[in-house]
Amino acid sequence: MKMKLITAAVAALVAASPAMADLTFSSLSYRTGPYAANGIPFADGYADYFTLLNERDGGIGGEKINLVECETGYNTEKGVECYESTKGSGALVYQPLSTGITYQLIPKATADGIPVHSMGYGRTSAKNGKVFSNIFNYPANYWDGASVAIKHLLDINGGDISGKKIALVYHNSAYGKEPIRTLEELSKKHGYDLSLLPVDHPGQEQKSQWLQIRRERPDYVIMWGWGVMNQVAIQEAVNIRFPMENFIGIWWSGSENDVKPAGEAADGYKALTFHNVGSDYPLYEDIQDYVVDAGLAAGAGDQIGTVLYNRGLYAAMLAAEAAKTAQKIHGTSAITPAMMRDGMENLEMTEGKMTALGLPNFGPSFKVSCENHGGDGFGAVTQWDAKAGEWKMITDYMQSDQDVLAPLVAADSEAYAKENNITPGCN
Amino acid sequence: MFYREAGDFKTSYVDDNQTFPIKFDRYRYYFVLFFAFLIVPVVINDYWVNAVFMPFLIYSIAAIGLNILVGYCGQVSLGTGGFMAVGAYACYKLMTSFPEVSIFFHVLLAGGVTALVGVAFGLPSLRIKGFYLAVATLAAQFFLVWLFNKVPWFYNHSASGQISAPERTVFGIAVTGPHTSAWATYLFCLVFVTICALLARNLTRGMQGRKWMAIRDMDIAAEIIGVDPLKSKLSAFAVSSFFIGVSGALFFSVYLGAVEVGEAFGINKSFLILFMVIIGGLGSIFGSFAGAAFLVLLPVLLKNVLVGMLGWPTDLAAHLEFMIVGAMIIIFLIAEPHGLAQLWRVAKEKLRLWPFPH
Repeated sequence: MKMKLITAAVAALVAASPAMADLTFSSLSYRTGPYAANGIPFADGYADYFTLLNERDGGIGGEKINLVECETGYNTEKGVECYESTKGSGALVYQPLSTGITYQLIPKATADGIPVHSMGYGRTSAKNGKVFSNIFNYPANYWDGASVAIKHLLDINGGDISGKKIALVYHNSAYGKEPIRTLEELSKKHGYDLSLLPVDHPGQEQKSQWLQIRRERPDYVIMWGWGVMNQVAIQEAVNIRFPMENFIGIWWSGSENDVKPAGEAADGYKALTFHNVGSDYPLYEDIQDYVVDAGLAAGAGDQIGTVLYNRGLYAAMLAAEAAKTAQKIHGTSAITPAMMRDGMENLEMTEGKMTALGLPNFGPSFKVSCENHGGDGFGAVTQWDAKAGEWKMITDYMQSDQDVLAPLVAADSEAYAKENNITPGCN
Repeated sequence: MFYREAGDFKTSYVDDNQTFPIKFDRYRYYFVLFFAFLIVPVVINDYWVNAVFMPFLIYSIAAIGLNILVGYCGQVSLGTGGFMAVGAYACYKLMTSFPEVSIFFHVLLAGGVTALVGVAFGLPSLRIKGFYLAVATLAAQFFLVWLFNKVPWFYNHSASGQISAPERTVFGIAVTGPHTSAWATYLFCLVFVTICALLARNLTRGMQGRKWMAIRDMDIAAEIIGVDPLKSKLSAFAVSSFFIGVSGALFFSVYLGAVEVGEAFGINKSFLILFMVIIGGLGSIFGSFAGAAFLVLLPVLLKNVLVGMLGWPTDLAAHLEFMIVGAMIIIFLIAEPHGLAQLWRVAKEKLRLWPFPH
């Protein structure tokens, strides 16, 4: 009996890697833990798009897609385990949806020759493809986000925010600390006062931070939150009667699940985004026909059209487009992770391409190159309408302040190159 | 029949006092060493080393360290995560400040730094006991995590507050950084585990261990028979923190490669390692290994069975995993409150009599 158990155990550990399929995509998702409220819609959107491609088009370029999902719980140790277990199955690209796990994977994936797409998160200076050959963060990154938020404040203040007090409420981790340097640089340029209020993981306890905000009365609050921290922060802001229209979250702090718990009072809360909101696109009809009605929707199927679902869908769409580009470059439909990397580096998203996919005006147009793995840094501001229960875009796409950001990206990536003995260059 | 003292004649005191007095045990021990050092490195791959062996080995060191403090000396500590963080950050600072020195010595020095910090936070143990001491060590946990988040010097002023391990080699073979091979990192950790386990085993068998156990069993009586509580308690904190520091250094530099203090070394880590010690068995080196294996391997095994073999949704599997591991902990502790090590002890007693029990 004991022997049998041991044999079964060993067999189970060996069976970690599933059968080889034609095109394997991995989804390091988190449907459990304090970040699940945000992890689930993204994972659903990511999975549903690939299911749609399989059902409607028979995969990408005639190759079926095999999506391997692995639960990380937003935990780096589990993330490493997931990376190692899915690596063997030939996963083409990793999108861990966690800045912490991305930092882990940057050296590992580069050494293994697998591309990582940290869309709107991860290490900002990965924009410099000369140093970070396998890491991509198009179409926008955290520093773009910080800059777009400040730009929006400039716009509504007639171009002058000197002397204004801005508070940054951030997740006390690599993720939340990312924008600090940019906001400090921008405060030198625009003359606002910046105060920093860290919130420790997981962020359920924020009474003292918001008490401080009530005392110091900043004109604006910018938030870098994720998971349960978002809901708590918005509720606390409501509790101290902070004017919601002066409260701006990064794109990870602006989903339905974040604002709904605060009810009507959350009306007017703003969040950034780098893609469009809502489900009014031709592609969603296909999703309804081929995925939802066929009973193939991922998860509970109740997240379709929410902000983070759209983002997951957008991430999957960009991955699929990069795979198509790679197939075209290398003239083979069965691509490898190295070919996928080339596809991502030569990806070009145009309005025409997105319209053809059934997603007109869904995201910005951009072109990836070896020098620029991060797109052009366009972002827009959305606002929550609690009565209608939906997010509304209130600005056009604005480009971040490249004069300030470009030197920061160059400096940070050079420091990384030096630390790790990388000779920057394009091959 | 095979597992007994009879017929194994000891002709010297050294023989009589050896760690494994029974021949079968001794050979089993040599076999395990042989297997771990010579067979496993040949067949190991990236998945096995990163998902199974490395966490098991590193948590074993931490569990041995905590077991010395909690199991042998009776001082409850909830500061393990914080002490691991000290090991990790000390190792990082040493690695980046003295790149020419071998990583092997950095890990040992990181353990030394942690020992000093551990002694400092062990001072309250001279006045307070039991749960109250646990609360005092909890302060260490929160203070240390806060410190490493707050002071940029510890993470070399990096923008993200993360520390990441640059490539370092032992005898020209990379053991940290991205370009490592599975066998190298595995062997590097295994060497530390072997050293730590041997050291801990022999410390606890000798005079020092007896002093710790005397303090654990009744500190006033121990003091009366001439055990100095100051020296024994603080030495337990020092030795325990040394091991925990080594494990923290390996955890950061070899296993993860990049860590963030709040996430990697939070209070959860302290509890995890305390649970390893309790489930494995207080006051047992074998128990530390068993506890680490139980809590590291069982979730991986369950995940692979539920998701890999049965094809269940990942969230369902993750939730079930919590329930199954939780239930197993309760079942084990009801069936055997002294942990897995006691099961092993009972099994050995039975084996001695087998096949003719009276």
